[in-house]
Amino acid sequence: MEHITLLLAIVVVTALVFDFTNGFHDTANAMATTISTGAMKPKTAVAMSAVLNLIGAFLSVEVAKTISGGIVNEDGIRTEVIFAALVGAILWNLLTWLLGLPSSSSHALFGGLIGAAVMSAGWSSINGGTVVTKVLLPAIAAPLVAGIAAMLATRLTYRINRNVTDPNQLKSTAKGYRAGQIASAGLVSLAHGTNDAQKTMGIITLALVTSGILAPGSNPPLWVIVSAGLAIALGTYLGGWRIIRTMGKGLTDLQPPQGFAAQTSAATVILASSHLGFSLSTTQSCSGAVMGAGLGRKGGVVRWSTATRMFVAWGLTLPAAGLVGAGAEFLTKQGTWGIAVTAVILVGGSFAIWLASRRQPVNHTNVNDTDGDEPQGVVTTAIAAVQPPPAGAPASDLTTTIPAPASAPDDPARPPAKV
Amino acid sequence: MKIDWAALASVFGVSLVVTIALVGLFTLGIVALSKQSATAGGSASGGSVALARTGAYACFGLCVAAVSYGIYLIVA
Repeated sequence: MEHITLLLAIVVVTALVFDFTNGFHDTANAMATTISTGAMKPKTAVAMSAVLNLIGAFLSVEVAKTISGGIVNEDGIRTEVIFAALVGAILWNLLTWLLGLPSSSSHALFGGLIGAAVMSAGWSSINGGTVVTKVLLPAIAAPLVAGIAAMLATRLTYRINRNVTDPNQLKSTAKGYRAGQIASAGLVSLAHGTNDAQKTMGIITLALVTSGILAPGSNPPLWVIVSAGLAIALGTYLGGWRIIRTMGKGLTDLQPPQGFAAQTSAATVILASSHLGFSLSTTQSCSGAVMGAGLGRKGGVVRWSTATRMFVAWGLTLPAAGLVGAGAEFLTKQGTWGIAVTAVILVGGSFAIWLASRRQPVNHTNVNDTDGDEPQGVVTTAIAAVQPPPAGAPASDLTTTIPAPASAPDDPARPPAKV
Repeated sequence: MKIDWAALASVFGVSLVVTIALVGLFTLGIVALSKQSATAGGSASGGSVALARTGAYACFGLCVAAVSYGIYLIVA
């Protein structure tokens, strides 16, 4: 291996951090419904997803040849531009995680790249038409396609099993739904590992090629594959509990048949879209599927306020990550000190977001608590302020309304999962 | 700017058909299988249970085939 410059080392590390936030952010896609319906214990679910992501990273040999799939003209892109793009994408991923909003990690990366490229080389480096066909249109199509499929599938499954009323038989069908859900969630995890880990490998490979360390068109070295796979698996295992809560509980209340229908629809849409030449965002397909399943059950409701916040986040992803990316590129253009300042901003910003998240921690113990009701949120905040998370039993009059944050070993809020 | 409507339509169609078919098959399978667990009121008759179980395994077999094809698509 030849001489690796400091900048290149920074870019490689930043790319791995992005990969980590990507796993962190997208655990919800595979596991939110599985966790909320109680098909798997939260820790078991994220562990399974992490392992499948890791396997997925090694499965496919076809590394993404371009980062942006033609949105940005990547010929002669400089290493600083890649760095600036990653900064924009990471900060946006962390911010949406803090707010518990599922948003597409790929779109955040596209946005960062667009902003950085425009700042670096002007608007001519952007392919505007591709932005519409690869980002805007899929953002509308993905939730519709997955949602309609999940809604019809939910109706069908409730219709077929409406005659099953005996308690023993109900128990048997519930077990079946759980098994089915775990299988579809596994497929989503595997597909995520192959797609998104490849993306990071593509970024690192591109940076290595740009710096003249690798010959153009060469495959990524083994250390790139291993580190990208490990980064995404680690992110997945730590789990973006906030986003899992929104997807599994915030958008709608899912029961096992709905969770099964939603997850199957999401897995099908993801696989169909990536193999029929119209790629749809995993996150948007999964969110759409969950909402569709919510609408498909008689008496099911979708919390449109949460859904609206999520849609707004989708709309903002590209411009917001783009602005940060452009700002970062503006700084890195100034020379070495600019790159140092950008790195400090990235670390400082990430730390600040992490600190903010500690004020109201969401983890595997309280991931299934229904959140979003104003009074409950206030009470939770009050407890979090008075007592550090791993503290003992909170005041007993409060336990009747909410489970103790992070104190109960098993999840008291999980419903008994009746069909 | 060229929007590939045909690809979008095929994604939509394939997703819809496959999702509904899979969920339908799997539900048929688990409903059939649930017949063999004794009802709270009494036991079911033997012949229909065996038939239901065979049907259930046929449904699950098709689902497993679909999942295998999915894994094949991911790997290939």
